[in-house]
Amino acid sequence: MKGPALRALLTGTIALLIGFAVLAMGLAAAGYDPVLALGSLWRGAFGSWYALTSATLVRSIPLIILGLGVALGFRAGVFNIGADGQFYAGAIAATWVGLQVAGWPAFAAIGAVWIAALVAGTFWIVVPVLLKVRFGVLEVISTLLLNFVAEAMVSYAVTGPLMEAKRIYPQSDPVAAAARLPALSGSRLHLGILVALVLAVLLWWVFTRTAWGFRLRAVGLGPRAAEVSGRISSRRVVAVALLCSGALAGLGGGVEIGGVTYALFQNLSPGYGFSAIAVALLARNHPIGVVCTGLLFGALEAGAQGMQREAGVPAVAVQVTEAVIILVIVLAEVLVRRAGTLRASQPGTEER
Amino acid sequence: MSGEREHQHPASSTKHLLSPLLELRGIRKSFGPVRAVRGADFSLAAGEVHALVGENGAGKSTLMHIAAGMVLPDAGTIQVNGREVRVHSPREARELGIGMVHQHFTSIPGLTVGENLALAVGRLDPSGHSGGTGWTAGQIESRLAKGIDLRSPVHSLSVAQRQRLEILKALATGARILLLDEPTALLTPPEVEDLQGLIREFVASGGAVALITHKLREVLGTSDRVTVLRRGIVSLRGATTDQTEQSLAHAMIGAERVASSEAGSGEQRDPFATLEVTAGALGVTVGIGGIELRAGELAGIAAVEGNGHRELLRAIAGLGALPGVRVKGTVAFVPEDRTGEGLIGELSLTENLVLGLGADPRWARGARLDWNAARQRASELIEAFDIVAPGPDARAGTLSGGNQQKLLLARALEGQPGVLVMENPTRGLDVRTTDEMHRRLRGAASAGVTVIVHSTDLDEVLALADRVLVVLRQEVREAPRGADRRLVGGMMLGVEHGQRSTVNGQR
Repeated sequence: MKGPALRALLTGTIALLIGFAVLAMGLAAAGYDPVLALGSLWRGAFGSWYALTSATLVRSIPLIILGLGVALGFRAGVFNIGADGQFYAGAIAATWVGLQVAGWPAFAAIGAVWIAALVAGTFWIVVPVLLKVRFGVLEVISTLLLNFVAEAMVSYAVTGPLMEAKRIYPQSDPVAAAARLPALSGSRLHLGILVALVLAVLLWWVFTRTAWGFRLRAVGLGPRAAEVSGRISSRRVVAVALLCSGALAGLGGGVEIGGVTYALFQNLSPGYGFSAIAVALLARNHPIGVVCTGLLFGALEAGAQGMQREAGVPAVAVQVTEAVIILVIVLAEVLVRRAGTLRASQPGTEER
Repeated sequence: MSGEREHQHPASSTKHLLSPLLELRGIRKSFGPVRAVRGADFSLAAGEVHALVGENGAGKSTLMHIAAGMVLPDAGTIQVNGREVRVHSPREARELGIGMVHQHFTSIPGLTVGENLALAVGRLDPSGHSGGTGWTAGQIESRLAKGIDLRSPVHSLSVAQRQRLEILKALATGARILLLDEPTALLTPPEVEDLQGLIREFVASGGAVALITHKLREVLGTSDRVTVLRRGIVSLRGATTDQTEQSLAHAMIGAERVASSEAGSGEQRDPFATLEVTAGALGVTVGIGGIELRAGELAGIAAVEGNGHRELLRAIAGLGALPGVRVKGTVAFVPEDRTGEGLIGELSLTENLVLGLGADPRWARGARLDWNAARQRASELIEAFDIVAPGPDARAGTLSGGNQQKLLLARALEGQPGVLVMENPTRGLDVRTTDEMHRRLRGAASAGVTVIVHSTDLDEVLALADRVLVVLRQEVREAPRGADRRLVGGMMLGVEHGQRSTVNGQR
């Protein structure tokens, strides 16, 4: 293993340990039994075959797919903070298509749902892309604001056009059986896990082996040099990166509908789009790393449910742990970078 | 001081006899290998405007930055009111009554004029700040003039009004010593007169002004004394009335012929053996206005900042269009800003090579990149160009400036360009690397590449170039073959007329 990867793994492990230490202290301070609580956290995430497949892995799937989308944007130096909105757009489109495909062969139905989700996710980021490329509007703001619009669209859909036939709850009818993703027998683990893994490998290949992936990185790290020396239109690269990022998040929504809920309802995403940012950052935008951090966050969230059931600890306690882990890693990166700049800042400055 | 000048500045005649308000002695300052100021003196008396002129890089800005506490000198003393002081920060300078006005504006556009003034001083009551010598709030306000009042937002002001505000901000802090860095660069002639009026008024009330400028006419029209810096040393000092544009230009540029760094280079015009540079396609030409450059020619572009030569270089490089610029063949461009525009510091040498060369068949396999092939080539270039680096995987940002420049040149030539355009090829490099860079540029030319080099160092242009092109106010003219420093310098400043070739369009 090469130096940087080893260092990343080391910081990750240390951060994880510190995060759990803080959680244990917090639990003890609040009067819980930390041993019981952490034990139930472990059991909730990895304690049984069912916990591993149906809780941890299922939760990881959207985190990985959305995390890959966010990482793709970060590579080009843009911050898609609206993955949640694109997830919802993909979910709405997937639900609608999923309701139309009764009787289709499964592969066609699933393919149609995925395409609809990809297109919807892309469509949802078109406006931020145009605003960014034409007028220089920060994508951080425009994509974030469209999250609220997407949530409102979901509310409208499940109380209006996509509302269930019985007209009782604000939710859609379940999608046609043909549109549902096959699951591993005896668990809820669905085909989406393969989608996530294949996408990760594909993106890893694109990032490291193709000219397009290289252009993405060049624009992300040095937009001016990319333009002047690389003759790369950084605007175009940024636009394509954001569109792909939106498409991935949309697909995440479609996979969640087809693999887990089968129906659309409000609060379908417990903030996957935001967790995905942490997933991408912790993985340093490395696709294979995203799989690892996606699994970690999936396990933490699955474990949180277990902890709530068994030890009565509110699940938000785990969010504190997640936050501590992120802070530790960010801090470690800053410290490493500062050490680097100190070394590099030998005299040699020129008169300007 | 002669009589004529005293008519215009009645206050100045007697005050020259007093001890100077500000005196810099024996100032030295190096930035890495660049010796910016090499033992310069400068003084300012109450009631005078002292112009400081020189070529780019002559050290004038550095000298003023030292007086303003922005740069610490390596050696030398600073006296204010005859007392030796240390000026280690702009704040200390301000407390001593020294205010500097920079070329770029520092006001906050969203705030009002009054708020910006208040921000500059902490509070708009300079009387308590420096023993009552500065202008009071009322005096400042009355000089805002011409449609500015304290409540107008700064973004609604014209460039000239903003420039005036910058000066008033410095004065509002109670400054008696005002250092102005090219204050008229962006102003129209009537606005320049307004500004000069303000300067005179300030000087008449006992202030002192140091004025950095490129414009010789302005020196003659505004100042009482003038100091010319050349390569960090004072090359002329005296009463402005004794000077002419020619004498100033002469002092700025010097009279000696092509200097240094060319020692023993007569034999080095052969193409070097270690690098394969195939000749640009026959008939490759660069047309600039009516000037044609042929394959194998090394053209030097000389110009004073702000005359359009940078736009010209970029147009030749295909990074922007200018009417009248026509290029055939592939062009390689090495920008001056090595780590901003040339290289990406976070990327490896190999990756930076690929960045500049794109889909080269040696490593492009359709959409795929064969990094091993690229790494292989990077290693060969590291060898051939003597680049000191741990290897092709080292990050470009960790290389020294000279090695970065070698990498940039290697990459540029690797694309087998018909034309090579380079901005300040040896900026900040040591003598050895500079020589090597020159040798390689000549080698590229001998191998058939049309090389176009701009340097702010006129000596470098003259030492390198077969043909010298001067850009003045968006016009390109060619200096006669064998023209010396004095002639080319005159053309750069527009005080002597070379042969006008063609108008090179507008900005």
